[in-house]
Amino acid sequence: MATFNLTINGESRQVDVDPSTPMLWVLRDHFKLVGTKFGCGIAQCGACTIHISDVAVRSCQLPVSAVGEQEITTIEGLSENGDHPVQKAWLEQDVPQCGYCQAGQIMSASALLKANPNPSDEEIDQAMDGNICRCGTYLRIKKAIKTASSTI
Amino acid sequence: MTLIKTSYGRRSFLKTSALASGGLVVGFSWLASCNPSTKDVAKMPKEWFEINGYLKIGDNGLATIMSPNPEIGQNVKTSMPMIVAEELDIDWDHVIVEQAPLNTAIFTRQLAGGSESIMHGWDGLRMAGATAREMLKQAAAQQWEVPISEVTTDRGIISHKATNRTMGYGEVASLAASLPVPKEVELKSYDEFKIIGNSTRNVDGLKLVTGKPLFGIDQYQEGMLIAMIVAPPAFGLKLKSYDDAKARSMPGVKDIFTINTYESVKGKSMFDVDAFPELIVVVGNTTWEVMQAKKAIEAQWEPFEDYQENFTGFSGQNIISQNVPAGRENSEDHYKIMEAMSLKASKIARKDGDPETAFKDAAKIIERSYTAPFLSHSTMEPMNFFADVTSDKAILSGPVQTPEFMEKSAAERLGLPLHKVELNMTRQGGGFGRRLYGHFVVEAGVISQKTKSPIKLIYTREDDMTFGTYRPAYHARYRAALDKDNNLVGFHVRAGGIPESPLFANRFPAGAVDNYLAETWDVPSNITVGAFRAPRSNFIAGVEQAFLDEVAEEAGKDPIDFRLELFERAKNNPVGESNDYDPNRYAGVLELAREKSGWGRESTEGVYRGVSAYYCHNSYVANILDMVIENDQPVVKKVYAIVDCGIVVNPIAAINMVEGGTVDGIGNAMYGGLVFKDGAPIQNNFDRYRLIRHKESPKEIEVHFVDNSEHPTGLGEPPFPPVMGALANALYKATGQRHYDQPFITNKKVIG
Repeated sequence: MATFNLTINGESRQVDVDPSTPMLWVLRDHFKLVGTKFGCGIAQCGACTIHISDVAVRSCQLPVSAVGEQEITTIEGLSENGDHPVQKAWLEQDVPQCGYCQAGQIMSASALLKANPNPSDEEIDQAMDGNICRCGTYLRIKKAIKTASSTI
Repeated sequence: MTLIKTSYGRRSFLKTSALASGGLVVGFSWLASCNPSTKDVAKMPKEWFEINGYLKIGDNGLATIMSPNPEIGQNVKTSMPMIVAEELDIDWDHVIVEQAPLNTAIFTRQLAGGSESIMHGWDGLRMAGATAREMLKQAAAQQWEVPISEVTTDRGIISHKATNRTMGYGEVASLAASLPVPKEVELKSYDEFKIIGNSTRNVDGLKLVTGKPLFGIDQYQEGMLIAMIVAPPAFGLKLKSYDDAKARSMPGVKDIFTINTYESVKGKSMFDVDAFPELIVVVGNTTWEVMQAKKAIEAQWEPFEDYQENFTGFSGQNIISQNVPAGRENSEDHYKIMEAMSLKASKIARKDGDPETAFKDAAKIIERSYTAPFLSHSTMEPMNFFADVTSDKAILSGPVQTPEFMEKSAAERLGLPLHKVELNMTRQGGGFGRRLYGHFVVEAGVISQKTKSPIKLIYTREDDMTFGTYRPAYHARYRAALDKDNNLVGFHVRAGGIPESPLFANRFPAGAVDNYLAETWDVPSNITVGAFRAPRSNFIAGVEQAFLDEVAEEAGKDPIDFRLELFERAKNNPVGESNDYDPNRYAGVLELAREKSGWGRESTEGVYRGVSAYYCHNSYVANILDMVIENDQPVVKKVYAIVDCGIVVNPIAAINMVEGGTVDGIGNAMYGGLVFKDGAPIQNNFDRYRLIRHKESPKEIEVHFVDNSEHPTGLGEPPFPPVMGALANALYKATGQRHYDQPFITNKKVIG
């Protein structure tokens, strides 16, 4: 066990866990930030995507000990009132079916738009390919990313 | 308006005050604790008045409408309350939706399966809204001392035109709640609908995009422990012994023990299918700690002997008896067995005319066979359930498609009377049929009872994928006989699977061919299977539609014309009597597909088209699929989906379902497959089990609904099977090769 000082959604948080504990479980079990989802545990589905210093990272394969002082953003911290352009676009396009993967999709999409506000179709496919949607909402996700892109 | 008697399903309209257990109390406080903004709180009424089990009206005119059925992504949590709101005649902006718990005293068929939530819920939901509206009108009439016949409603406002008086629902809600349930109520006619047919966004949308706890796996209760299972690594094995010394000493571990999930349960239903009844359980403080301990357990496994299992069927009347053979099975052997079975005469399921003579006298015979592998449902949210079992009560909560069935099983296993078991439904991260089989509900209950504490059972992805109730492996052999004028004079299908046959003997083209033979076979297996989105249709639709395409080609006919000719026959002079489709609606979607896609008029170079049409789960779907080849790989450029599901309740969500089903169909046909070696699936996570991804998704899907006022039917399943046929047919046009074995493309180049 070891103590880690983390910055999550702009707040300083402290946790006492085994250093190998993935950020996913630190967020879900210790901080009750359950918007970040468990899907596969091997960084293949993207349901657990968070931002580390604005870059999309799979939190299930990120040990808490590797985070250091970098800023962590989760779906709960993406905006204060659910009004991030990507969240708004998701609502406008009525993207979710079951909705389980969508937090991860939104985190990947928002990181993409931060780095590249006007991505091409190919760039969207490239950035989003690590996020599986079992319900098959891929077309709406792409539309929502374009909607968000046009408002940023 | 249509006047109807409320006696139909009248128990649904009993006064809620009679329901001691509080049918309207929803979930746990943590589920409701989604931080409502002060704005939301200001809008809330001071008092709610329960009009009937489906709804209550606030003193400020807001309505809370219960959504009775499990929400697995099919969007019933929005569309079912829309139907109530329509007949209540209230502005949708004044509606709050809550997920109902399981309550068989109020609601009927609280189940997500068969694409039937809307179809079966339709009458009851309308009546719930209409009854409440009638009681509100009655209350207003009493207060104003005018005849009820002079009272009208419009979007939550009650009016008496003669005296120019109006009031909101909230003003008479208290009085309305005290009135007797009317004997007759008026229902709106199709052209009076204001909410039904209007696109309404997902009621959980904001919570989903902001990461609020909605799902089973998100549940938390003070003092709750995490539980995980260790199951046999292969079908055909059971637990022999285990050593947990190392695991017990690991941090956070509370207990390690074994359970026998269905021990003492006598009346298992078909939803109690359970490959691995004896499990090792690890209970501890946090998920990561329990995961580590689980890996440290050293278990020995041994083969089991053949045994017999009995389940009661869906109706509760029939008994399904299953032989579970011993052994560790291999997919390689399965294919050999299926091929051999397909060459032997099998059980005749339907025979019309004289197929033997038709084939003997045929000018041309076309014979093809098709296969598909086992599939894993792979819901994005792995199996999980919360349980808090004490000596006299059990609270079970989480994602399950069959709450009523599983509550019964859990009650029997836990030794509690049914009324001492409370089952709450969370939002579900996908279902696809996997969560019909709720052994994990019983497991969670048993673990909580044993540990004497609230627990949340979580499966890892590997647990989830290797503990399946999979889509079976299938095989179909088809033969068609053409006469010298290229008329289809004989049709023969012999279909089977491991361990279940995909045959529907009375579906098209039965009824459209004079000489028809359908044979069915199955081979027992110890690999557990279950319903998978559009069970059986999810194979037979695609292969039948691919076969008909080949027959049309051999007959020198346009594939749409060829099918329409057969439907003409079925319309005008059907063969046999138990044909399970309406040829008019079937031909209707195909004709509309031809029109919308400009079939036959297109000449875009490098675009290859495939067509299909299928009827299952009460809805009709036709697809036209356009494929191009890019970098030697097939790319689905566009899919047209033409759907006849009767009245469309919520178009924006209905289109979403059709898009999703289309993507899922292409995904599974192209990439899906679970391969067994020595009883274990080779794939146990998404690194090897292929689900369709962004890049592979069609670039465009154009959805059209047949505009009619037929009773609404389902959409969860019907858009899924037929696209596999359109895909196979387009793939042939694009590559010059027919593809008979699914998955078509996994890790393989089809060209070059």
